[in-house]
Amino acid sequence: MHGLGFDVAHLLAGSLVLASFMLLYQDRLYALLNVFALHAVVLALSVAWQAHIQGAPHLYVTAAIALGFKGIIIPVALHRMIVRLNIHREVEAATGIGLTMLAGIALVGLSMAVMLKVTPHADLVAREDLAFALSVLLLGLLMMVSRRNAVSQVIGFMSLENGLVLAATGAKGMPLVVEISVAFSVLIAFIVIGIFLFRIRERFDTVDVGAMDTFRGERP
Amino acid sequence: MELIGDIALQGVAMFATLAMAPLLTGIVRKAKARLLRRAGPPLVQPYRDLWRLFQKDVVLAENASWLFRATPYLVFAITWVAASLVPTFAVGLQFNWTADLITIVALLGAARFFLALAGMDVGTSFGGIGSSREMMIASLAEPAMMMIVFSLALLAGSTQLSTMAQYMLSPNVGLRVTLGLSLISLMMVGIAENARIPVDNPATHLELTMVHEAMLLEYSGRHLALLELAAFLKLLFYFSLIACLFVPWGLASTNGTWTALAVGLIAYIAKIVVGVCILALFETAIAKMRVFRVPTFLGAALMLGFLGALLLFVSRGL
Amino acid sequence: MLLVLLLWCVLALLVTAVVAVGVGQRWNITIPVYGAAGLLSAFGCAAAVAALLTNQSAALQLPLGLPWIGAHFRVDILSALFLAIVNLGGAGASLYGMGYGRHETFPSRILPFFCAFLAAMNLVVLSDDAFTFLLSWELMSLASWALVMAHHRDSENVRAGFVYIVMASFGTFALLLAFGLLAGPDGQYGFDAIRLHHPAAPLAALVFLLALVGAGSKAGLVPLHVWLPLAHPAAPSHVSALMSGVMTKVAVYAFIRIVFDLLGPPAWWWGMIVLATGVASALMGVLYGLFQTDIKRVLAYSTIENVGIIFIGLGLALAFHTDHFETAAILALTAALFHAINHSLFKSLLFLCSGAVLGATGERNLEHLGGLIHRMPLTALGCLGGCLAISGLPPFNGFASEWLTFQAILLSPELPQWGLKLGVPAVGALLALSVALAAACFVRLFGIAFLGRARSSNAAAARETDKFSLSVILGYAVLCLLVGVLPGLVIDALGPVSQLLFHGRMPDQATLPWLSLVPITPARSSYNGLLLLLFVVGAASVTALAVGLAASRAIRRAPAWDCGFPDASALTQYTAGSFSQPIRRVFGSVLFRAREEIDMPAPGDSRPARMIVRLHDVIWDTCYAPLSGAVAFLADRLNALQFLTIRRYLSLVFATLVVLLLVVATWS
Repeated sequence: MHGLGFDVAHLLAGSLVLASFMLLYQDRLYALLNVFALHAVVLALSVAWQAHIQGAPHLYVTAAIALGFKGIIIPVALHRMIVRLNIHREVEAATGIGLTMLAGIALVGLSMAVMLKVTPHADLVAREDLAFALSVLLLGLLMMVSRRNAVSQVIGFMSLENGLVLAATGAKGMPLVVEISVAFSVLIAFIVIGIFLFRIRERFDTVDVGAMDTFRGERP
Repeated sequence: MELIGDIALQGVAMFATLAMAPLLTGIVRKAKARLLRRAGPPLVQPYRDLWRLFQKDVVLAENASWLFRATPYLVFAITWVAASLVPTFAVGLQFNWTADLITIVALLGAARFFLALAGMDVGTSFGGIGSSREMMIASLAEPAMMMIVFSLALLAGSTQLSTMAQYMLSPNVGLRVTLGLSLISLMMVGIAENARIPVDNPATHLELTMVHEAMLLEYSGRHLALLELAAFLKLLFYFSLIACLFVPWGLASTNGTWTALAVGLIAYIAKIVVGVCILALFETAIAKMRVFRVPTFLGAALMLGFLGALLLFVSRGL
Repeated sequence: MLLVLLLWCVLALLVTAVVAVGVGQRWNITIPVYGAAGLLSAFGCAAAVAALLTNQSAALQLPLGLPWIGAHFRVDILSALFLAIVNLGGAGASLYGMGYGRHETFPSRILPFFCAFLAAMNLVVLSDDAFTFLLSWELMSLASWALVMAHHRDSENVRAGFVYIVMASFGTFALLLAFGLLAGPDGQYGFDAIRLHHPAAPLAALVFLLALVGAGSKAGLVPLHVWLPLAHPAAPSHVSALMSGVMTKVAVYAFIRIVFDLLGPPAWWWGMIVLATGVASALMGVLYGLFQTDIKRVLAYSTIENVGIIFIGLGLALAFHTDHFETAAILALTAALFHAINHSLFKSLLFLCSGAVLGATGERNLEHLGGLIHRMPLTALGCLGGCLAISGLPPFNGFASEWLTFQAILLSPELPQWGLKLGVPAVGALLALSVALAAACFVRLFGIAFLGRARSSNAAAARETDKFSLSVILGYAVLCLLVGVLPGLVIDALGPVSQLLFHGRMPDQATLPWLSLVPITPARSSYNGLLLLLFVVGAASVTALAVGLAASRAIRRAPAWDCGFPDASALTQYTAGSFSQPIRRVFGSVLFRAREEIDMPAPGDSRPARMIVRLHDVIWDTCYAPLSGAVAFLADRLNALQFLTIRRYLSLVFATLVVLLLVVATWS
């Protein structure tokens, strides 16, 4: 049927979706961080495999960036942040985990339907990759809207960005410059969010973003 | 003549399954003990326990009905039939076509139905708590299992276990995401169905945390022995199922040579032992979860199975 | 010939009804009336089965009804199948009634309507023009309404009767519109004429929706089901069995007749809608059922679940049929029809068992039952068979038809439409979920009612029910098992039906070795209930023999384990409410907005602590409460019209007349 190249790429991209689901399932911050690290490692593997089958060495750099930044540096930093903020308790999911997962399934179905419909002539690998990437992106967004804890929102954002990288590598020929700039923008976003976390915490004594709504008078 | 040979082979497979099941549990216990740096009971301990239980008198609760006394035999027989319908070391046994995977899942459901009823028969709270929780767990585990069956059946174009195993052996099955999702989901279902940690603790005797054991609380003597044996068989069933569907290498076909059969048998035992060690490692590493975390756990299994089926449904239209 | 015989049966039933009205006031004629009804139904059933097996078709026109139409009757293979279901159910219920009906205080409130109800259901299935169909349909509704109101002193029953009559009128209205559209402007009311003229696509879609609403409201599809769990339990138990087991099948027949036979080629989204309502009914029905404590209401909700499963099969058949996958369409249709037969068997059985329990204890509430297996062993055995069958467990019949439905679902990835591609796996998952929940529901029903210790003095004093009832109960249980182990024979009998509707049939099953069930090819899937039963029985006997030879055979009776805290009270047992608590926590908090409150008295206060659980009927709250509120509001507003002068009333009538004339004048 298809070669080994397709199979492995498919498997890795699918594993990334699976890792996104694992992120949705976690309700403890440390476990969440570990899964996020796993997410990044799977992404790195996937990108590296794309580099291998496309024969595009610059993708190896992307893979290395993903592994280094998202697989190691950011999780470690967030870990330390959690320790310093002393918030290693349960994350309160805004809606139940079961419902969130259901919504996640629906989103995957949606992205499949959309992607496979709008790209009928493209290469099979690229089509499935794009569909998976869109799923990862949507799941990241879902994570951001369904969680109230700022740290898990950050992680949702990062996993969303992982979906973008997956899409970019599948699409063949995204220049390295864009790649690196995306990576750095994420890093900057991370730093900014990190600083904000501490500011929120200083002011409201919690990182529950619901507290800000209360402050703005949107919630009793 | 050939039919007699086939039936004999089937019979051998059935009794081999039965004979192996307690050993499997013995290995799990031993491996867990060794991981905790204890000496652990000898491998044949489950056999000794069963033997002793068979020799003991039955102490029956005063208002136990005939259903209570019939259940051990029914549950044991149903589980035994289900376990022996899975191809273990060879595919295409004479009666494999009697029941496909959906039927086998439903058969185990029938065994659970009787066991849950037996739990409620005496009229104590513990039996009720066990039955009620067991049915809650089953109501999520069964659809998850069904989703796994769907995914695999769509890939293989069949719900017959023999055909599915043969398809998995064929070269045109690639590394599919669906397969991975189904495997993870099946493992989660297997853990829940066999009352293993983190869903239930097979060694617990603290009533409030029990599920499976709570239903058996009133059983003793030969009845208890049969139900324990049924539980051993169920564990073996799940290992055989995973081995047959996801690591089918080495499976012989019934009209194969004796060497092929021997290779199949050795491969089967090796697969089971590896699986058992993984289970022991997992159980040692993880803590039991609260009963009301179990729905989330099984819900995740259901979602994974469903996601796998969905991916397959969608990609079939390409 | 057979048709004439069947019509004579119907006439005889109607005559019996009239006689029962006349004579029933003075003498107790329970046994003769039920005997006559039972004989006539048995006769009708035999005739229908003969028509089914010989594949006969006959039509007849009688000079009744509207003069320019007459009354058309026809028996073809589809109506023969449903006639067999109706009359088998009728015969069982009548035989049961001979024993059960003796406890009735006012038999004259039941007997005439019982016979009329049976006759009307036969007439619906036999009729061959829209007018006769609707007339019989309405007769069926009214007769069953009278039966629901049989015990009219109970305020619950009055409410049930009111909701039922409103929903039934609504359903008939929808069917009336559907037939009006089908008949077209020329008023071709005969089914033959309707079959020849297919309406245009948008009109056909409207007819489809009206038929779904009309037939679905009688069958109990969510969200039109609200009357069913009120009305079915309110009637006497053998009538409940008829309403749940048989009348819902007549509704299924009406849907199949209109959508598969009379209406032209379907559009692809029809199947989607039927699937969606079917799966919603299956899941919501069983979840509602799990939280009920009234034994008959549990059964009524489970009817909604099973009707949902039937409609899932029908929806799949429609979807496959639109895309010309005829093999798959035939499989799905056969699965649906097979499940209809099976449901009529096991639901009748279970309602009759609930009647036996009700007769023996006077209790319908699960929380007051318990331990009946000791007092009513044979009823318990029959009920256990029914519970196994309805939970979809092999080798009983419920499993065989659900297995076929799953096989049909597995064929669906070939469908080209995206909606179906994404929707059908979800249907499969939810169907599996509802089947698993049904098992939990019936473990609960049987375990609480029949096992454990008696929870009330009534339950402790129960006695086995009478011979008539027992024979029917055990007969149905045996039928459930037989159909389950020999499904091939039933499927072969269903072959001509799919031949009629889809011009094809499933492969012959009776000729297969070992009587196994092979829907498509043996390599794809097969099931053999007979061998499975033999294996299990064989394995159990071998085990029993070996245990008897090698193990200890002694038995000691002792008190149950009580953790060293002896408490003789049966109230410490698990209750129906506590049994479903885990499932309520998983599903109920979202779907039913279930809330638990614990009322814990302060220290020193001697009142008991209480846990209060509140469940909301979401469908009633969202669909019906606003509607009834609006009706009440309008009625309030219009109340003023009751106190006008004659002149005002006349002027209102006059104005209406003028407006109508204006409309006619300006109508192009």
